[in-house]
Amino acid sequence: MVDMIIHLLLVCTMPPLLLGIIGKSKAAFAGRSGPPYLQSYYDLARLFRKGMVLSGTTTWLFRAGPIITLATTLAASLLIPLGNHPPPVSFQGDMILFAYLLALGRFATILAALDTGSSFEGMGSAREATYACLTEPTLFFSLIVLARLTGSLSLAGMLTGPLGAVWATSGASLLLLVAALFILLLAENCRIPFDDPTTHLELTMIHEVMTLDHSGPLLGCVQYGAALKLFVLGAFFIQIALPLRSGDGMTDWGLFIASMFLLAIVIGTVESTMARLRLTRVPQLLIGGSILSAFALLLILR
Amino acid sequence: MNLSASVKTLHNGGAIHLADIPLLNVDDLCETILEATDHGWRVASYFGVPEGDEVTLYAVLGYREEGIIALLRSRVRESFPSLATLAPQLQLFEREIWEQCGITPEGHPWLKPLRFLPHPRTGKRPLPGAMEQYRVEGNEIHEVAVGPVHAGIIEPGHFRFQCHGEEIFHLELSLGYQHRGIEAGVVGGPHPATLSRMETVAGDSTVGHTQAHCMIMESLAGRRVPERGEALRGIALELERLANHTGDLGAIAGDVGYLPTASFCGRIRGDFLNMTALLCGSRFGRGLLCPGGTNFDPGERQQGDLLLRVASVRKELTDAVNLLWSTPSVMARLEKCGAVSLGDAHELGLVGPVLRGCGGGGDVRQEHPFGIYRKKKIPVATAIGGDVHARAMVRWLEIEYSLNFIRELLEQLPGGATRSHPHAVSPLAPETLAVAFTEGWRGRICHVALTDLQGRFRKYKITDPSFFNWSGLARALRNQQISDFPLCNKSFNLSYCGFDL
Repeated sequence: MVDMIIHLLLVCTMPPLLLGIIGKSKAAFAGRSGPPYLQSYYDLARLFRKGMVLSGTTTWLFRAGPIITLATTLAASLLIPLGNHPPPVSFQGDMILFAYLLALGRFATILAALDTGSSFEGMGSAREATYACLTEPTLFFSLIVLARLTGSLSLAGMLTGPLGAVWATSGASLLLLVAALFILLLAENCRIPFDDPTTHLELTMIHEVMTLDHSGPLLGCVQYGAALKLFVLGAFFIQIALPLRSGDGMTDWGLFIASMFLLAIVIGTVESTMARLRLTRVPQLLIGGSILSAFALLLILR
Repeated sequence: MNLSASVKTLHNGGAIHLADIPLLNVDDLCETILEATDHGWRVASYFGVPEGDEVTLYAVLGYREEGIIALLRSRVRESFPSLATLAPQLQLFEREIWEQCGITPEGHPWLKPLRFLPHPRTGKRPLPGAMEQYRVEGNEIHEVAVGPVHAGIIEPGHFRFQCHGEEIFHLELSLGYQHRGIEAGVVGGPHPATLSRMETVAGDSTVGHTQAHCMIMESLAGRRVPERGEALRGIALELERLANHTGDLGAIAGDVGYLPTASFCGRIRGDFLNMTALLCGSRFGRGLLCPGGTNFDPGERQQGDLLLRVASVRKELTDAVNLLWSTPSVMARLEKCGAVSLGDAHELGLVGPVLRGCGGGGDVRQEHPFGIYRKKKIPVATAIGGDVHARAMVRWLEIEYSLNFIRELLEQLPGGATRSHPHAVSPLAPETLAVAFTEGWRGRICHVALTDLQGRFRKYKITDPSFFNWSGLARALRNQQISDFPLCNKSFNLSYCGFDL
């Protein structure tokens, strides 16, 4: 019961803090002091206090988009185990639900963007849909590998089980998987080198351009949803890359939170030390990620 | 190449009595222009001056080899032959003449307004931006319209992309939203406000444009500038170049999402602006230049301070920019992006770092030296490839040369006054044409002034480098990714208000 409350608390409150840490680590590389750690919370509070401007050409789809996306991401966050603790909801095959909840969220975002009829948002939707097709194989190959290695068909079984022991026996395969999932993590969350979340140049954006017309609370939903997605996929990645287990419940929570902070710093470092890819190169790297995860599967099939 | 004997030539900063410019008939004018452009002359300015029922066309051409400037003129009534298809660098000038004087360039393929001025004869004013845009038809072709209001804090301009998926087939630019009537406001002058107006032709090229205007005033009034004044103007012009090139390198890094260089260059740009402020109290060099010299004279302490600052900034800037060159992911973005061939660059009449990035020269400081550059040479930076990387590289080389130039000037700053006879301003020569070229940080700035019988400005023509280079941007984007547009645009970093005037 306590674990479940902590799970819900973390899901609700921690995601914007990750953005704050990424921002701070980027600022450190740039020789600036950067916005405060809690800036994303202030931004969200400001957005939720604001009114909304709705374009006359939009329908309910436009308003429903951010809400559906946030709802699906929240639902997905209930399926993912944090640290060594089982998630609030878990059943056989929940990994399929997890994958398609995220896909449904993306679908809603794309629909809302197309609903505006803007050429920018159409372009962004086309890019998002294309790249989604290329990241989906990575996710599924990874889930298959995990299912085979742990013998479980639920996320709880895969990620809270004996992953430490699996690293000892199938380390090579897991290493490939970690590389593929890191690409997936950056691409899905629109981080550099795939997308630049801080740019104001609508012609180069992927995710941000789809939400250009959203304002006020709806934009708040979009931003919180994006932070939550980073948290959920980050937790998924951390469980595999750093399966630290102490055995003590509270220490495990601490370890989990610390490793999420570490992940945010790593993302900030990547964003500070490389430029964005040319848009035509993005699919190549995404396919590269899929191939890595396919090799991870091949390695354990022998 | 020697133009026919009927052509009058002069040097940069020179003036000539109007009656001394032979009046050609319009066919000879066109023929001479074509022959000259075929032989490496560049059209620096081409404009019409209405005189009763008729319009006198003036063409100003520059030739790199001997630093000479040729003047041609002709008188036409209703129309004149268009050379746009033969010499594309003229197409904007012909549209401008059509818009300003109401005479038609016969056979112009692209006759559309530039600045949406009221028609000179009927007085009817078109709506800004209201013109027929070029269109590509077909399946899977889509059109993206950007601006005139942009997402960033930049000037207004409208861009229309004809795209096939992510690929740009064609970009059409529509500017003119910031037309302020600068040229018309000078007519009848010089007024007390004229100098301030010249400082704002393009706010980031304050020193470049003011220097050109001062050269015009000095040649018309026969004033000389003391050597110290020339040196200070040179320092100010190079500081302006340094600030803008540094800002551009930072912005290019920012556009590819490379944070460290973007942040450092953003700050160092401010350092350069502050150095200009040390000279004259204005970060953009406002109020520094005046006809006859400069208004401010730095003391020993400021000179020493400036030297120290230049030395410390050089180190920081070198580190920040070397990060850019040594990061493979940045180079992958810059190389082969938005390339313009040297042939196209000459054909479109491109100027400045854009032309030098294609391997061309075209540096006024060397080809038509003025002011301090007559005595002290500065190397010309060129690169090959004509892509974003080449344009960035030219900027970096120019930064290094400018830093050296400023240091050497400061170490041996000539003594004496900075300004010639401050209070006795002689009247301007009547019925005279004066030409001044300067090398602003974007490229060649050309000012041409004509005076009337009383020695007042009858026509004042400004040609900002952006006037040519916008066509280069449109050319650079053919068959490029639309997502690379912002990066290409930054590598050109053109002025909207310098075009709109």
